[in-house]
Amino acid sequence: MKEKTPSKLEKILASGNLAVTSECGPPRGSDPEAIIEKANLIKDYVDAINITDNQTSVTRMCSLAACIRLKLMGLEPVLQMVTRDRNRIALQSDILGAASFDIYNMLCLSGDHQSFGDCASGQNVHDLDSMQLIQTVRRMRDEGKFIGGDEIKRPPKMFVGAAANPFADPFEIRVARLAKKVAAGAEFIQTQCIYNLDKFEKWMEGVRDRGLHEKVHILAGVTPFKSAGMARYMKNKVPGMDVPDEVVKRMSDRPKDKQAEEGINICVETIQRLKEVTGVHGFHVMAIEWEEKVPEIVQRAGLLPRPEM
Amino acid sequence: MIVAEKKPMEEVIKEIKDYKNILLLGCNECVTVCEAGGKKEVGILASALRMYFLNQGEEKRIDEVTLERQCDHEYLEEIRDRIDTYDAVLSLACGVGVQFMADKYISIPVYPGVNTCFLGATEKRGLWTERCQACGQCILASTAGICPISRCAKRILNGPCGGSTNGKCEISKELDCAWQLIINRLKAMGRMDDYEILLDIKDWSSDRAGGPRKVVREDVQE
Repeated sequence: MKEKTPSKLEKILASGNLAVTSECGPPRGSDPEAIIEKANLIKDYVDAINITDNQTSVTRMCSLAACIRLKLMGLEPVLQMVTRDRNRIALQSDILGAASFDIYNMLCLSGDHQSFGDCASGQNVHDLDSMQLIQTVRRMRDEGKFIGGDEIKRPPKMFVGAAANPFADPFEIRVARLAKKVAAGAEFIQTQCIYNLDKFEKWMEGVRDRGLHEKVHILAGVTPFKSAGMARYMKNKVPGMDVPDEVVKRMSDRPKDKQAEEGINICVETIQRLKEVTGVHGFHVMAIEWEEKVPEIVQRAGLLPRPEM
Repeated sequence: MIVAEKKPMEEVIKEIKDYKNILLLGCNECVTVCEAGGKKEVGILASALRMYFLNQGEEKRIDEVTLERQCDHEYLEEIRDRIDTYDAVLSLACGVGVQFMADKYISIPVYPGVNTCFLGATEKRGLWTERCQACGQCILASTAGICPISRCAKRILNGPCGGSTNGKCEISKELDCAWQLIINRLKAMGRMDDYEILLDIKDWSSDRAGGPRKVVREDVQE
């Protein structure tokens, strides 16, 4: 996989190192300190930081502005973009805006349905879907063309990512769906949080059978549980999440004041096991509103020091 | 067909309470099939309104007429000779009928008695579900005969999204995931390879996005 952009994340992956990314959710207000603080907690432990785009459909500071904050701090952002809220004009326009600040990574998503958020009575757009957004940004970069065919002056140089959920249904098309995203132009994948390791490894087997692991960098997604309550919530309430009973039990068997520690242990063990899986090229550590634990997880999982590029 | 549902009684009362002579106008087409605005519903609503206003001590004339169709000049003309005897019309037709009425009889206030919901089918009596959003450029040939535009909550052309669980949509355990249905069909037809064909970015100009639409057939025009 030859490098095509100035992205640090791409360079690390191309060099054969395991990459580490994490994410920050922007605040529900305009104070930039919220982003700066979170970024400072994790910046020395990860290669790039995703900024979520109105995740769970709750209105927040926009991903692009928060990514610019990271750039101003000299950090490497991954701009998350969902197709729920913007049509093709706005999507392309924001891609150019991001490129004007030399943001080099983008993650193309469809986004949670708006009924989960604070604007359940709002419209959704879905002019493009996530695969078509991948195609769009690849075409903007590689051919220097807008969707409408016109030429772009100074095309964006985005390293293009997508999400994959090995646990959503139906399982039998999950590898085919990855193949489709790769065909659309995805260069890296950040997966849904992995708790069912057997199922993930089975999915990776299918990925390798089709040689997809040689065409796309897969970053395995992990999220530490803060409590047994969170484990149960993720199992029962979050769509497309697969938390095996034994993992919930492992959390709930611990006394309340030891559960957070157990959550970190599970997360570290997950990374250690998945490091050995051929085709896993890195980790995406999503410590939801628990960014201060990212350094410990990364350190204990043996992912330090981060490579200099 | 066009599927509609009755507006709540309170809303209907609010619409017409200031008028004395009211025509309840039903339609014998789609709204009859979905039991929202046919002759039977016109009769029931008229009786309920008469009773309500009688209890309020208000004297009103509420007449009932159900036309063959309210989206056709020919049938709407049938009420021309008596329309001036009413102060308002409460139409139980879909939004098309209400507007055709408004276009034709410019000085008569017309109010909707139903909410027009979608283009759908009768699953069984009392259950109607959406099947089409009239995007104007049918893609069913590429999606195994199941429409993700009308049946996927995110109208995803290359689905399913990561929220599909046990064949159901992330927004409701009651709702089938359209892409699960598409995959089931592809499998049943032995065409799973087609799943990997990427559907192109859609031209939505024939959809609502392109502005009000019309179909012109000069060969059948008189």
